[in-house]
Amino acid sequence: MFLSTAPAPVSGADRINMVRARALAIRRSAFTMVHDAGLGHPGGDFSAADILASLYFAIMRYDAKQPRHPDRDRFIMSKGHCTGAFYSVLAQAGFFPEADLKTYMQPLSMLNGHPNRNYLPGIETNTGPLGHGLPVAVGIAIAGQLSAKDYRTFVLTGDGELQEGSNWEAAMAAGNRKLNRLTVIVDRNRLQQGDRTEATNGLDPLDDKWRAFGFHVEMIDGHDHGALLDVLGADPTGRDKPLCVIANTIKGKGVSFMEDNVSWHHGVPNAEQFAQAMKELI
Amino acid sequence: MSAATKSNEGLYDCRDAFSKTLEALAEADDRVVAVVNDSVGSSKLGGFKKRWPERLVNVGIAEQNMVGVGAGLANGGRIPFVSCASCFLTGRALEQIKADVAYSNTNVKLCGQSPGIGYGELGPTHHSIEDLAWLRPLANLLTIVPSDPWETAEAIRFAAAYEGPIFIRVSRYPVPALDHKLDRIEPGKAEVMRDGDDVAILANGVMLHKALQAADVLAEQGVSARVVNMAWMNPLDIEAIVDAAGTGAVVTVEEASVRGGLGGAVAETLALHRPVPMEMLGFPGFAPTGTVDFLFDHFGLSAAGISSAALKAISRKG
Repeated sequence: MFLSTAPAPVSGADRINMVRARALAIRRSAFTMVHDAGLGHPGGDFSAADILASLYFAIMRYDAKQPRHPDRDRFIMSKGHCTGAFYSVLAQAGFFPEADLKTYMQPLSMLNGHPNRNYLPGIETNTGPLGHGLPVAVGIAIAGQLSAKDYRTFVLTGDGELQEGSNWEAAMAAGNRKLNRLTVIVDRNRLQQGDRTEATNGLDPLDDKWRAFGFHVEMIDGHDHGALLDVLGADPTGRDKPLCVIANTIKGKGVSFMEDNVSWHHGVPNAEQFAQAMKELI
Repeated sequence: MSAATKSNEGLYDCRDAFSKTLEALAEADDRVVAVVNDSVGSSKLGGFKKRWPERLVNVGIAEQNMVGVGAGLANGGRIPFVSCASCFLTGRALEQIKADVAYSNTNVKLCGQSPGIGYGELGPTHHSIEDLAWLRPLANLLTIVPSDPWETAEAIRFAAAYEGPIFIRVSRYPVPALDHKLDRIEPGKAEVMRDGDDVAILANGVMLHKALQAADVLAEQGVSARVVNMAWMNPLDIEAIVDAAGTGAVVTVEEASVRGGLGGAVAETLALHRPVPMEMLGFPGFAPTGTVDFLFDHFGLSAAGISSAALKAISRKG
């Protein structure tokens, strides 16, 4: 059957406004989930929200009622700790009822602290430990190549996550095999759990690293919906390389007191902070 | 040569049964693919590569990626056999095996080549005596330790038809073809190779034929030994172990660490269900330098060593 993105794609400014509204909704519901659960990773949820909204509401091809349709585009949330944003976008896209978000991290909930594909539709592989997503995405892309299928495979990694060597094993294989329907998106917010990435084990020049591994690299503002749609939506057919999109983002983006603040990697808002954030996220 | 073996015709490298069976499966079903870490030769997959070069995914010397790629291939509808020296497959990619294969419950077939001390003189970095202890706690991951070419081929055929993750140990140590009592393997079903009521020897993998030889030695001394093939580590045949304890004494024999492997699994079971005197043969720690045969003898993994352990277990009966 024909697969399409959840809402019928619209064009131009309407399309961008729709994605922007979705990204705000992701932030609001993710922050609510973290507030209610008393746990979570809101800083990374917010840096990734615009990327997720772009993929699920304007780029990817899927049918939420047939989550394992063989021709679906695949998305892997390699930064698996950012379940607030991930579960929010999956619910908004129709994979499960949005009301279930209330059970986030509650006992016996399907909404585990890290994604579980056996509990929740729309999840391709279980992540949480870092550096797992890209190898699996490479395998999915190879399977697509072997079967001459035209699905695309997207994987979102954190930037600190790239300190795990398994990513570079996978990058080497992806470049070598010219997996043009594979896209790696790096959520480059320059913060990891304990400090700035460059103060911990620096990644720059990050674009050169990916190019050296055989990728076509695009560096964009990861909160610019127009840029995200242009770069992620470009037809990969003629490209003979996998794509790496380095999305320069701001951890905690959208809430004044959270932006670029390492303490919000896994911070939990008090009542006042929550109310303030909800005022800003409109 | 044990009386329990079919003939004196020869000894077999189970990797041949692995590769031959995999080629037959690949011929019949184009979903079957192989994933290797530059181990085409040591996995004996040269023939596979020649026939289906595009279906042999060689990721190079990168085991974490290899296992992740296997999980991705399964996601894309393939049946991946991920083949690599067991020491590196299970050691370097243990977290990928846990998260991408067992916990994600993906249709990945992990083939640990040349396990145990198969690499002999190359030493403990290349020995894989810890693999069973590492993998045994992983839910969803079926685990089988075949004893000969027939059982290896059966395990590969079973894995292809089974929808889910499995780990198969594929030995390189030459073994005879055994006279199996079962027509086909069945998950979690142990096989009584020889009945007896003075002691039960529970063994798997390349130790099974040595256990049968030990039973011959014991029979000459008037001791009746049961020999049970405990090929399945997960699921474990609890009933067969409890039945074995009915002899009053149990010996486990494995080409693995005695801590956490078959010995550990049987000890846990007996402690819970039917405690009896028990001896455990295997490796107590890192092995010294030596050929495989030297090391087997050194650690009592021989007909003489196993029969001595059996007599010791019998002497401890109350």
